[in-house]
Amino acid sequence: MGEFNVHRVRFFNYVPSGIRCVAYNNQSNRLAVSRTDGTVEIYNLSANYFQEKFFPGHESRATEALCWAKGQRLFSAGLNGEIIEYDLQALTIKYAVDAFGGPIWSMAASPSGSQLLVGCEDGSVKLFQITPDKIQFERNFDRQKSRILSLSWHPAGTHVAAGSIDYISVFDSKSGSAIGKMLVDRQYMGVSKRKCIIWGVAFLSDGTVISVDSAGKVQIWDSATGTLVKNHLVSNADVQSIAVSAQEDSFVVGTAEGTVFHFQLVSVTSSSSEKQWVRTKPFQHHTHDVRAVAHSPTALISGGTDTHLVIRPLMEKVEVKNYDAALRKITFPHRRLVSCAKKKQLLLFQFAHHLELWRLGSTVATGKNGDTLPLSKNADHLLHLKTKGPENIICSCISPCGGWIACSTASRFFLYRLNYEHDNISLQRVSKMPVFLRSALQILFSEDSTKLFVASNQGSLRVFRLLEGGFTHLHSFQPQSGTVQSMCLLAVSPDGNWLAASGTSAGVHVYNVKQLKLHCTVPAYNFPVTALAIAPNTNNLVIAHSDQQVFEYSIPDKQYTEWSRTVQKQGFHHLWLQRDTPITHISFHPKRPMHILLHDTYMFCLIDKSLPLPNDKTLLYNPLPPTNESDVIRRRTAHAFKISKKYKPLLFVDLLDEKTLVAVERPLDDIIAQLPPPIKKKKFGT
Amino acid sequence: MADLEEGFTLTAVPLGSGPDGPLGVEQSDKTDQFLVTDSGRTVILYKVSDQKPLGSWSVKQGQIITCPAVCNFQTGEYIVVHDNKVLRIWNNEDVNLDKVFKATLSAEVYRIHSIQGTEPLVLFKEGAVRGLEALLAEPQQKIETVISDEEVIKWTKFFMVFRHPVLIFITEKHGNYFAYVQKFNSRILSKYTLLLGQEEKCVIQSFSTSVGRKFISLMSLTSDGCVYETLIPIHPSEPEKNQRLVQSQLLKSVVSGSARSGAALSILDQDHVAVLGAPRPASKECLSVWNTKFQTLQTSKELPQGTSGQLWYYGENLFMLHGKFLTVIPYKCEVSSLAGALGKLKHSQDPGTHVTPHFVNWETSQGCELGSQNSEQSKRILRRRKIQVSVQPEVPASTQLLATIQKDSEKHIEVELRKFLATKRTPDFHTIIGDVVIGLLGRCKAEPSFYPRNCLMQLVQTHVLSYSLCPGLMEVALEKTDVQILQLCLQQLPDVPESVTCACLKLFLSIGDDTLQDADINMESVSDYMDPVQDGEMEEQTTFLQNGFNPEEDNCDSCAQKLKEKPQAAADESTSCPLTPKRAALLNAILCSAYSETFLLPHLKDIPAQHSTLFLQYLYFLYLKCSENATMTLPGTHPPTLNQIMDWICLLLDANFTVVVMIPEAKRLLLSLYKFVKSQISICSELNKIEVSFRELQKLNQEKNNRELYSIEVLELF
Repeated sequence: MGEFNVHRVRFFNYVPSGIRCVAYNNQSNRLAVSRTDGTVEIYNLSANYFQEKFFPGHESRATEALCWAKGQRLFSAGLNGEIIEYDLQALTIKYAVDAFGGPIWSMAASPSGSQLLVGCEDGSVKLFQITPDKIQFERNFDRQKSRILSLSWHPAGTHVAAGSIDYISVFDSKSGSAIGKMLVDRQYMGVSKRKCIIWGVAFLSDGTVISVDSAGKVQIWDSATGTLVKNHLVSNADVQSIAVSAQEDSFVVGTAEGTVFHFQLVSVTSSSSEKQWVRTKPFQHHTHDVRAVAHSPTALISGGTDTHLVIRPLMEKVEVKNYDAALRKITFPHRRLVSCAKKKQLLLFQFAHHLELWRLGSTVATGKNGDTLPLSKNADHLLHLKTKGPENIICSCISPCGGWIACSTASRFFLYRLNYEHDNISLQRVSKMPVFLRSALQILFSEDSTKLFVASNQGSLRVFRLLEGGFTHLHSFQPQSGTVQSMCLLAVSPDGNWLAASGTSAGVHVYNVKQLKLHCTVPAYNFPVTALAIAPNTNNLVIAHSDQQVFEYSIPDKQYTEWSRTVQKQGFHHLWLQRDTPITHISFHPKRPMHILLHDTYMFCLIDKSLPLPNDKTLLYNPLPPTNESDVIRRRTAHAFKISKKYKPLLFVDLLDEKTLVAVERPLDDIIAQLPPPIKKKKFGT
Repeated sequence: MADLEEGFTLTAVPLGSGPDGPLGVEQSDKTDQFLVTDSGRTVILYKVSDQKPLGSWSVKQGQIITCPAVCNFQTGEYIVVHDNKVLRIWNNEDVNLDKVFKATLSAEVYRIHSIQGTEPLVLFKEGAVRGLEALLAEPQQKIETVISDEEVIKWTKFFMVFRHPVLIFITEKHGNYFAYVQKFNSRILSKYTLLLGQEEKCVIQSFSTSVGRKFISLMSLTSDGCVYETLIPIHPSEPEKNQRLVQSQLLKSVVSGSARSGAALSILDQDHVAVLGAPRPASKECLSVWNTKFQTLQTSKELPQGTSGQLWYYGENLFMLHGKFLTVIPYKCEVSSLAGALGKLKHSQDPGTHVTPHFVNWETSQGCELGSQNSEQSKRILRRRKIQVSVQPEVPASTQLLATIQKDSEKHIEVELRKFLATKRTPDFHTIIGDVVIGLLGRCKAEPSFYPRNCLMQLVQTHVLSYSLCPGLMEVALEKTDVQILQLCLQQLPDVPESVTCACLKLFLSIGDDTLQDADINMESVSDYMDPVQDGEMEEQTTFLQNGFNPEEDNCDSCAQKLKEKPQAAADESTSCPLTPKRAALLNAILCSAYSETFLLPHLKDIPAQHSTLFLQYLYFLYLKCSENATMTLPGTHPPTLNQIMDWICLLLDANFTVVVMIPEAKRLLLSLYKFVKSQISICSELNKIEVSFRELQKLNQEKNNRELYSIEVLELF
């Protein structure tokens, strides 16, 4: 297959933000995750845990609570005192409503989904009615003396438990009056702590209230009498989160030490029907605070300060013992944060609030496999571009010639012109943005850097012609009538004739850029698209899906190619299908049309379509063959998938030219080093 | 899929039989053992899995065995007939067939039949049948003739239909076949004429039967190579009348008609038959398995050295003659699926299927409970039915045991319990054991004289009990001062509450030595470091200097001066155990049990000062023993660990410090304890320092790696 010089880049100083809330929706089997920077991500658990949507964060909008209501509507509330509803189709914020109670610490949707309850800093609990297009304030519950940190509805909707500081209140949801108060012991191991914060409450249908608090206790209360039934001391540090299964036979709590405990309702003896909550399984998948947990019918989901989203299947609930029964740890976003100007060897890194432009170094030396070559020129940090305003960057792109940079936040679109004069670089913002160009979900430049393609929120695709110092709007492809499907992924053919775009769930549309019309739609497939690319010369569209299938579709012929049919007939290697991160980028070898480069977080793969496909008996991940083996054997064992797992975790891989690869790595240790230190546990002399 | 496995030869020596093959292969009363009767004079008992003979018996020269030997399943004896009329009965111990029981009968015997569950039957050549017992009572009794002249018995089989023995035999007369079915519950003999389906007469070569719900299915292999099935009603409508039965063709041309030595047929199961014979006139003989439902050949095995046209099928083994050797081919038929039949059972070969790791399912006990509830429910239904039809329902063993506990004597309970424990463990075994213990304890409370010590010991040793399953057990043992049970409980139960642990501790410290003398205590944990003769005093003082700890080393304070005054005494005190080994073993059980300090401390305060000093002395002694070797462990099996010892010292001192400090005899002990705590603290602080330095080193190491933020490497993709 040949030798490559690999630019191994580890200076992309990307740190994902910590997870603050998770909310599981049983109806659609989707998981909403909010992070400390205000970003909200939607994972589709049915589609191989693919992160199919995201809403960019906002500096002043720290989410403290997240919940699904009325079926598929998603709400969040935060310390800025606003309740926000998200538009899951257009991927924008629908509206924000101020609750006028100071920072909001907690939120809960009623079991019927028609009412929303928020707990505020000033001790008020406010009830909102969910109307078809908005929410409307209805009533205040009896005011408490300190902030309401947690809320839980009784499954029948008649009562509400609210966790505050040092006590839990029980409200009648009809009248809004407090009918009970349960005081929580401040004492911890005989030492009186200052305060006991009730981080989470859960109301069960038999009237039991479960609370978790900052003294490390999980307490089970009888809400009717207000008495403590059982006390489990699970941690020396805070217990920060709780989630109960829909059947109310098990619940999960997360602690500040990174431990997640599973509790189950187990019968005490064989003869009696009496059941008891028993702490059954501890899991330690986190190093830092577990801020949020969720309980799906088959798995425990947890996330926290260490930025990992961990999905731990419950083995007794998993029916098919396949790869779905494995533990999932999701750390990196399932979208591209790096773009590359191949000719100029430039890399553009996207952070939450700024962009960084780097120029790769060079070498004149040559070496054999495994060598690290001496650098004749090191990589340069050319540019640090900070966006104005509190909003996070949604997407960014650099043109293949390196002369343009575009990026977008939720309300502003930025386009810059770059001029290179020897080692000096000058940057000029293109002003006079058209009014309709406010924000973009995806930006792409054509191969010759003369056109700019922008996918905007309402499903429209806009084409601009770039001129020296300005640009003109050429055309706008409108979505088919009746759909408000946002396009998230774009690909343009190197000859500039074709543009492919894929939305969050609908199929891939291919547009003819010359004639400015829709050319065809690729047959729909069950799983969302994770990456798209159009091959040079042949104009074959390569599509990767979240179930790890890869299709090749000939745009001129409007049908799947012969190779793609062969692959589908034979099936992918089982190890290929078992990879647990999606393919986030596809590119092609500039000289060899048979080669496709794809990568996910833990490997990159060069597919040589001329070689036979591997079957389940062949080794997918080829180890290096010993040098003394003859070419015959090597040729016999060779198959189409040339995989390297040398660089990981990978955020980006591309072919700069036929002999050069660039691989952007982000070692986990570097991320951990930038997190706050975890709670220290003394090993000796305790 | 039906499958023939690799066969093996049973007899190393060829049978002296010639081409006729053996007379018969019959099951013996032990599984895996078979009686092979030679057509000459010999009967051999084989163990098939070992492929070796266990016994061999021969009749005298000049005599000839005429009927294969069988085993009487009721007595375990073997029966054989030689010279048509002479019956011999013997067992494994007998060597010479001439000296065993002999009975001469008045008519010629065709075959003796013996199957499990009923007495052997003797079928005479004239068609009469007698039970063995009745025959032996009067051997010379008159035997009537059942079948007509020139009628010859060709084949016979004996089996049970709904617990009633049924004998079927086929006779032939001038090419016509007749089937006789003798039922012994009603003593009815039914006769049927078998009508062959095809025009030309052909010879039936082999028969086999299987029993269904209403019919006996008789399969026959004819000389034209086809298999026919005849259904014989089990309950004939008109038993006395001669009825005709039509044969229907089941399989066609399974063997070639002109086989040299005949063909044989055996029903394997509902859908499968084994056929022995040559499939084509010229080919070698084969053993083949056919599926009668789909009429397909499932598998076959070539027998190149020829066979005799005899086939026996018992259990999972097919017996046949191959060349001159008796060969066994195991046969297996696994549950087949459509995919399996089409040869596409893909997942079984899929290398990607992962074996799920073992995990504890907390819901199993719930599931079992549900199951038991269900069974209870069904039992109730059964009981209701019992009133109507008085059917005895089967009571589960655990319920029986619980009933036994309520009324029977201690001895009887013990026996029953042993029986119960020997049976297979069900998933809810632990809850049943818990119920049993609670039942026993309940009776203990009711009857003060009742104390089933052995039973309780056995139950605790099942390793499935926990304190919460049988809350009263330790209280009762404490009441009876049964230290042995207490020790066991402390070792086996994972969740003994601290108050009970402490009560045990008090008892162990206060119990008199003479009482302990009689108790049978497990000394495992102390045997290696404590000799009952107490030769500790002989030990060298230097032995405990290895850990760097020396009570004489003056690094502490002026108080140590006092120690110096009587170094020898101090040494004595520290090296000799302050307790008897039995008491030490009991205390070790306490040290090894689980506890939480918060709950233990208040109870420890109640221990009298003398006892706590004694216990402290013992702990100190253990600590010194620990320090003797480099690994800081005590010898022996399951000794207390250093951590446990230290924790208990701390706990005891925390609880009783003000008292202990006032007792003069504890003073020296406290001083030495103070010293070793000091040394421990310094060790720990050093360890913490080392940990921090290592972390710094690690950080440096990481930084070194991270410094290479950018490099160009060469990578070759193969």
